This record gives sequence, structure tokens and C-alpha cells, in this order.
Amino acid sequence: MKKISIAIMALLTLTSLPAMAQGTSAGTAVAPTINTGDTAWMIVATALVMLMTIPGLALFYGGLVRRKNVLNVLMQCFVITAVISIEWVACGYSLAFGSSSGALAPFIGGFQWSFLHGIHIGDLSPYFISHSQPSGEVVNGVPVMIGTIPHIVFILFQMMFAVITPALIIGAFAERIKFKGFVVFSLLWALFIYNPIAHWVWSSNGWLAKLGALDFAGGTVVHINAGIAALVMALMLGKRRDYQGHAIPPHNIPFVAIGAALLWFGWFGFNAGSGLAADSLAGSAFLATHIATAAAALTWMLLDWIIGKKPTLVGIATGAVAGLVAITPASGFVDVTGALIIGAVVSLVCFFMVAYVKPKLGYDDTLDAFGVHGIGGIVGAIFTGLLATPAIQAAYSGAFYGNPHQLIVQLIAVLSTIVYTSIGTFILFKIVDKIFGLRANDKEEALGMDESMHGETAYTTFD
Amino acid sequence: MKEIKAIIRKSKFEDVKEALYEAGIEWFSYWDITGLGKSTEEQVVRGQIFQSNYIQRHMLSIVVRDQNLEKTVNAIMNAARTGDMGDGKIFVSDIESSYRIRTGESGPEALYNKEKEE
Repeated sequence: MKKISIAIMALLTLTSLPAMAQGTSAGTAVAPTINTGDTAWMIVATALVMLMTIPGLALFYGGLVRRKNVLNVLMQCFVITAVISIEWVACGYSLAFGSSSGALAPFIGGFQWSFLHGIHIGDLSPYFISHSQPSGEVVNGVPVMIGTIPHIVFILFQMMFAVITPALIIGAFAERIKFKGFVVFSLLWALFIYNPIAHWVWSSNGWLAKLGALDFAGGTVVHINAGIAALVMALMLGKRRDYQGHAIPPHNIPFVAIGAALLWFGWFGFNAGSGLAADSLAGSAFLATHIATAAAALTWMLLDWIIGKKPTLVGIATGAVAGLVAITPASGFVDVTGALIIGAVVSLVCFFMVAYVKPKLGYDDTLDAFGVHGIGGIVGAIFTGLLATPAIQAAYSGAFYGNPHQLIVQLIAVLSTIVYTSIGTFILFKIVDKIFGLRANDKEEALGMDESMHGETAYTTFD
Repeated sequence: MKEIKAIIRKSKFEDVKEALYEAGIEWFSYWDITGLGKSTEEQVVRGQIFQSNYIQRHMLSIVVRDQNLEKTVNAIMNAARTGDMGDGKIFVSDIESSYRIRTGESGPEALYNKEKEE
């Protein structure tokens, strides 16, 4: 045993020699290295985020539609996972996180990383959030910092965000969209809406990032973005043929519960992974995520109980999702008290939107993608500007902690996303509708999307 | 031979099944049915309240020899009753012929187990 210990010690000393030599010769920090703990966690977190789309969101939405449309929803989630993953390596990542020059630089990346050209498996991620290390270079007297995970792991992690965002929109137009038009629309939406907004907020060149907008895991980039697009799509596509302003009962509530539970579980990767490291900030984001979700689920259940007389499973599941949405931008900036407040407030607001505003205005957001993700994302972004506390990350504080400027920045981020997404989605709708057609016809809708679009039925009578 | 079709509450199925066994009826078919009624039930989906008049029930189909008709009907009537609206209905119709596939027997012979029933 002792011999083995000595051998390991000797090996460690030998392997550390080149790094020491390099550090000494450069006269600065030790060459940056991949941190295996961070990398291991980020690979797991990436897999957890994928779980949110399939099967999480697929089952959540699939259970909420009628039995004749369940396969269509599952299929949409699958095809988005496949299409956007390829779009992401082809050019999406480069457009979102790469750099362009001149006036375009704050708004969109370039194509230098198309098909991940020039990115090697051993490269470190140039992005970091919760901790980082000096690269050894000094620019303008400031050491260049670098992440601790491989660049490709960061690309994969962000790929899963790019996948789930257009998938969230499905909830607004479920039960009435042509499959071909949907695939084309989703691809174009990812290219022209998701990628620029991800660049604005998350790329170091992005104008909202430079302005100081806080969006830890995608409240603005993912949820407001998808939610606003959902509203535009619901309005443009029109109501379902048999929609009379009231909810159509979900066909499989256990699916809804399983889907929501998988979303809750996967969201730990989404939020706690967004620190890009396995550290205390990841733990704090995990805690905030869980507590806000619990608070939101309970608030919605109580509202259901008081107003509808009974606490429903669809209600508590919806409340949980609303809580997850709202805590997303704030998860790396707020403490437990902030998480509790965000959880309780988001359910109050979203419940009001879904139960009163939607029926009053009469638009058919089939599964409340706007009511839960759009509104929940806006609540989350604004409350991040209020409740961000230096106790979590010393550099960031919100209006309640003496920094009212943060609230103004958050409002600018929210409003600019609303304006860009709504106009962009409107234009894309018009183009795709003209060329491919987006609205299923009456006959297809009556038969159900499963049969008319895919020639399959979920619940066959054959053995 | 008669066919008894009974629409009963799902919650009363086990009681009816036991009562039928006691009355000597050991086999019958049943399935889930949905009907429309005057009475409505309130349903809440994500805070939106709406009225539904769809009624979920079981339907039983029992084919008996004429001599067993009355006791079978009584067994269902007694076991399925709660006294509230919506307890269901029983319909009786004539059966022209019946066959037992395994043995080829036909008529009332095909409807009962000789070793077990009178």
C-alpha cells in the first residue's frame, strides 16, 4: 500500500513538472486546465436539460391535449430535438456565441465556428460564470479569464437550451398546425429569433450583456422569447375549430404529472448547471430553483382549491412549471427568501392570466405557453432586478438591495425581447404560411393531428 | 332467452358483480360507456371552470334463460341502487338464438353450465 502511495506521489510530481515549468517561464499563472469535477457535473447537467424536452415537455404537453393529438405533440418535441441540434452545430452556436465585426457585433455572432470549425476537444470554454482561471494572457492590463470545462461541453449544454426554447412554443398552437410548416417555422425561428437573442444576453459581445442584464439560465432568452412567440403564433393561427373559450379537458393527466415531474428534475441541470461549475453557486441555484418551484406549486394548488373548490393535479403541475420558469433568470442571484417570493408571485400572476385574462380576451393559447412561460419569464426577469442579492454573488444586486438601476436594465431586456420576438415571429409566420402553409384544414383538425399528419394513433384497439 | 342490458354507476360495479354471482350468473360482458344527461358536472382546468354533461358509466350485457330473468334483474336493481339521480337503467330484449362455440350447443343449452346450475 505504501509503495503504491509513493508511486502515485512520484507520478503526480512528474506530471506537474511541465505545468510548473510553463508557469515559471511565462511568469504568470499556471496554464489553465480542464476541471474534471466541473466537467463531470456539466455533462450530467446537459443530459438533464435534454430530459426536459424529451420526455419531460413532450409528456407534459402530450397529456394536456386530446387523445387524437398526443402523438403529434410527442413527434414535434422529437423533431425539434433533432433539427435544432444539427442547426446548432451547423451555425446556431456560432451565431449565438461567436463574434462578428462592426455594427453587427452586439446583435449577432458570425460564422467562424460553423460546424464547430477550429474547436478542438481539448479546448477550454471561453465562457465562464461562477468561477474561472487566468489564461496567462493579459489584455490591456487585465488578465484574460477562461472557463474550467471543455468548450464542446459548453456547446452541448447550450444546445439543449436552443432545443427546448422552440419546443416550448408548441403549447400555443397544439392541435391545429401542419407538420411541415411547423418544422420549417421552428428551424427559421431558432435561426433568426433564438440565436440573436441568446447573443444579446449571453455572448460577451451582446448589447444586453454589456448593459448588465441578468439572466442566469434563460428567463429572457428562453421563456419570454418562447412565450411571446407563442402568443403571436396563437393569434396568427387562430382558434381551434371547436374552441369555445373554455378549456378542453386533458386526455391523460398522469402524463401531465410525469412530464411536469421530469421538467422539475431536469430543471436542476438547466439552472444549477448555468453556473458552468460544480461549486457553491450551483448548489445555491439548485436550492433557489427547488424552493421557488415548491412555493409556486403550493400557491397554484391553493388558488385552485379556493376558486375551483378542489385542488387539481393539473393545477399543481402547472404551478410547478410556472415556478421553474420564474426562478430561471434569478436562480443564480437570489437567496431562499427571494425564491419563496418569486414562487408565490408567479403563480398568482400566471393563474390570473390563464384563468381570467385568456378567456376574457378569447385567444386560443392551447396549453398556455404564453400564460405560463411568457408571463412567468417576465415576472422572473423583473423580480431578478428587484431581489438579486450580493449575498449570493457579490457583484450583483437588485433594487431591494440598493441598486434600482438593475430593475431598469431588466425592463429594457424584457421590452426589447418582446418587441424583437413579436415582430420577428410575425414575419416568419407570414413567410412560412405563404410558402408551406401553417394551419391544418378543418378536416385534418377534426380527424386529429395524429391520424392526419402521421398516420398513427396512440391508443390502438389492436392487441 | 333474454338479453339484459344494464347501465350502472362505475362505483357500483363490484356490488352488482357479487349480487349476480349470488343469483347464479357467472358470466357476462361489460364495457365503459359515455352518455349525455341533463345534469351537469363542474370541471376545472387550470382555473377555468366549465360545465360538462358527459356521464361515465358501465354497461353490462347478460343473456339468460327466461326462468332466470326476474332474479337477475332484481339482483342488479338492488345492488346498483343508491337512491340518487343517475343510478342507471335496465333494458330487456328477446334473444332469437344462441350458440356455444366450443361444443356447438345451441339455444338455452348454450347459456348455462349443467353441472353448476339448475
